[in-house]
Amino acid sequence: MSTKKGKKGDVLLDMKDIVIDGYSDERWHEIVKGVDLKLHRGEVMGLIGESGAGKSTLGLAAMGFARPGCRLTSGSIKFDGMELMGMPEKERRKLWGSRIAYVAQSAAASFNPAHKLIDQTVEATVGHNIRPSADARTDAVDLYGALQLPNPDTIGERYPHQVSGGQLQRMMTAMAMSPRPDLIIFDEPTTALDVTTQVEVLIAMRDIVDQFDTAAIYITHDLSVVAQMADFIKVLRYGEEVEEAETRKMLKSPEMPYTKSLWSVRSLEKPEDKSEDVVISIKNVDAAYGGTVKVLHDVNIDVPRGRTVAVVGESGSGKSTTARVITGLLPPISGEVLFNGEPLPKALKERSKDQLRKIQMIYQMADTAMNPRHTVEEIIGRPLQFYHGVTGKQRTDRVLELLKMIELDESFLDRLPNEMSGGQKQRICIARALAADPEVIICDEVTSALDQIVQEGILKLLLRLQEELGITYLFITHDIATVKAISDEIVVMFQGRVVEQGLKSEILNPPHPDYTQLLLSSVPEMDPDWLTNLQNERDAQT
Amino acid sequence: MSDTNSTENYSAAGEVGQVRLKRTVFQRAWIELKKAPITAWFGLIVIAIYIFMVVFAPFVAPYGEAQVFPDSYAPWSDEHYLGTDQIGRDLYSRLIYGGRNTVGIAFVTTVLAFVIGGALGLIAAIDRKWLDQGISRMVDVLMAIPSLIFALVILAILDKTTFNLIIVIAVLDSTRVFRLTRAVALNVVVMDYVEAARLRGEGLGWVMRKEILPNIMPPLIAEFGLRFCFVFLTIAALSFLGFGIQPPLADWGSMVRENASLIQFAQFDLKSGLTPLIPAAAIALLTIAVNFIVDWFLHKTSGLKDEH
Repeated sequence: MSTKKGKKGDVLLDMKDIVIDGYSDERWHEIVKGVDLKLHRGEVMGLIGESGAGKSTLGLAAMGFARPGCRLTSGSIKFDGMELMGMPEKERRKLWGSRIAYVAQSAAASFNPAHKLIDQTVEATVGHNIRPSADARTDAVDLYGALQLPNPDTIGERYPHQVSGGQLQRMMTAMAMSPRPDLIIFDEPTTALDVTTQVEVLIAMRDIVDQFDTAAIYITHDLSVVAQMADFIKVLRYGEEVEEAETRKMLKSPEMPYTKSLWSVRSLEKPEDKSEDVVISIKNVDAAYGGTVKVLHDVNIDVPRGRTVAVVGESGSGKSTTARVITGLLPPISGEVLFNGEPLPKALKERSKDQLRKIQMIYQMADTAMNPRHTVEEIIGRPLQFYHGVTGKQRTDRVLELLKMIELDESFLDRLPNEMSGGQKQRICIARALAADPEVIICDEVTSALDQIVQEGILKLLLRLQEELGITYLFITHDIATVKAISDEIVVMFQGRVVEQGLKSEILNPPHPDYTQLLLSSVPEMDPDWLTNLQNERDAQT
Repeated sequence: MSDTNSTENYSAAGEVGQVRLKRTVFQRAWIELKKAPITAWFGLIVIAIYIFMVVFAPFVAPYGEAQVFPDSYAPWSDEHYLGTDQIGRDLYSRLIYGGRNTVGIAFVTTVLAFVIGGALGLIAAIDRKWLDQGISRMVDVLMAIPSLIFALVILAILDKTTFNLIIVIAVLDSTRVFRLTRAVALNVVVMDYVEAARLRGEGLGWVMRKEILPNIMPPLIAEFGLRFCFVFLTIAALSFLGFGIQPPLADWGSMVRENASLIQFAQFDLKSGLTPLIPAAAIALLTIAVNFIVDWFLHKTSGLKDEH
């Protein structure tokens, strides 16, 4: 077994006045500006903030590590009495993977696809000579059991592509846990998972951290998640500490205006509105990829004009495929899509310019939805020119008008996509869709890659545009809070089938079909006891 | 919740984005050049000299390209810096004119190879169906035959004109360009912005030129440099074998062949012995210079970071 460690309550990590610089555009910029962090043994700290707040950078600094292109400029990092600043890398390497472990956001990208999971689980433990291989393997199987992985005895023999995303994320936790580290850094470990999977992973991670009295830093931008995991929370913004407090206290009475704004974001809610005037009607659609794998089964959805229909479900439920059928990217095998009562040609190529113009799409990743080599003026101007034949000065004027509509100014005209923040990019995508003068906009997870405050801004913008222009939204999302904020009607999808469709009030209030119940109950709430209650409830049922 | 005003000072335009400093193209290029390694500078200078020589050949060369002097195989002298060849033409002048022909033809051929291979590669990447299959398999067939032998066979059948030479080599080399273009374009074709353009109803030409091409330029430019070297070596090799650029046009490959016998006199007159090696050295130097620049360019655009 590993060496006897200090007792619970001792200071494990003491970071003082940490300054970290990042290099970009030929200069060094301060990313983290003098933050202090103190963590005792057995404690879990939540580190929250928007992207770019410096939370991951600070988390890595707790290991004495700086990403390439970053440098630890000044401050002191004391880990169990050892000063990590200025410690030679060779010494620090001995700590990494043995006494400090790191769980990354994307498990899929962090495992080596060519090695068996169990070999990777015990690699650090055996490599650091913490215990012999056979022991470590037996222990790994125990860890798999503790993390509630199916078939703990044999699952380690599989390769990373043979398990699901949620299982892989738990594998990574097992890997981090294997050498029994004193400190684990979780960097957004559940952000890429579905809500239903996220719950399982959260429970598993919380229990195991509890069981071994490991200290942890939990980095996330999701408040309700951190509320379940952390003993106390530190809020970061622009590389500076905003506030730190015990979890319950912070949830109840946040002090700083910025923290309060994070808390209030989720209160946005639009009153629902019924309408009988159907603009898009999907009738008995079956669709398949490659002619064999059927992904949509007899899908029927009605989208009323000037309203927002939210399509919810976990990944793989057929939400995005439905969007592809509507846009014509994936011609359905059978069934049809009616637009204003007229059937739309199935394939994209057969549709007229006007039909294409009336249905626009906004993507999840604004980064990849805009050509990185085109300026904002070209991006927004192209649909104007293409559909409406507007050119020259007129085009520039109209682009400026659209920029104003999305609350940006003329300084953005000649910017490239990588010169804007995530929220700004998504706004440009919205403007591009508006430029076509559409009747329907399909929004595919448009806010899920954004921070809370930015999300709220985008949602408000979409609502305002709907009010002003009467646009219909088909809003694809897996986030129930977003659904509450924006929708009139909700469609719940599961495994390529529509579970139910109805007004927001009908769907969100009981009675629910089983799946809707599972989905709704898996959405984390701002209550530190929520996960415990849920776990008890679900245990009681089985 | 009573406090909903806390987001009031939020403005979309005020979000921190990384704004690039406004600089002109020349300023950016100069910044890059200042950081360029010595090898890249060497390559740039060598190529600049070559370009100067090639463009201003009639002014730089002391005599005409096919001007014949009475004494053949004259030794190096002030009159003929590198002596004369077997029928008495000034070798120094022919070296300069030879550069014009070899480099010029190689350049035109490479451009043509890129136009053919690049266009087909983009079409194949966008189509991904039978057209892609058809072109790709044809390219496989062409690539299965060693290109030098293939070129020899075709040039033996066709007239040995410069035009035919350019076409044959361009078509053979376009297969490599096709493969590269298709491979890098495939990564871009799957991007949402390409899908967005197709949803908008854009035609093939727009998608190729405006959406994909700008995003695959760096590897293509690097490949252009390398491909240029290969084309240029192929031409020199074909000329050496007598199938390339035909007399009286000067070119480096055939200059090596015509004067090759001089090498055996090296034991009597070292300078004359070296004469056939000088066009060969000109070929080698240009190849190295181009490769240095390509290396630097690839290193810069591939995102590899220098180790500190």
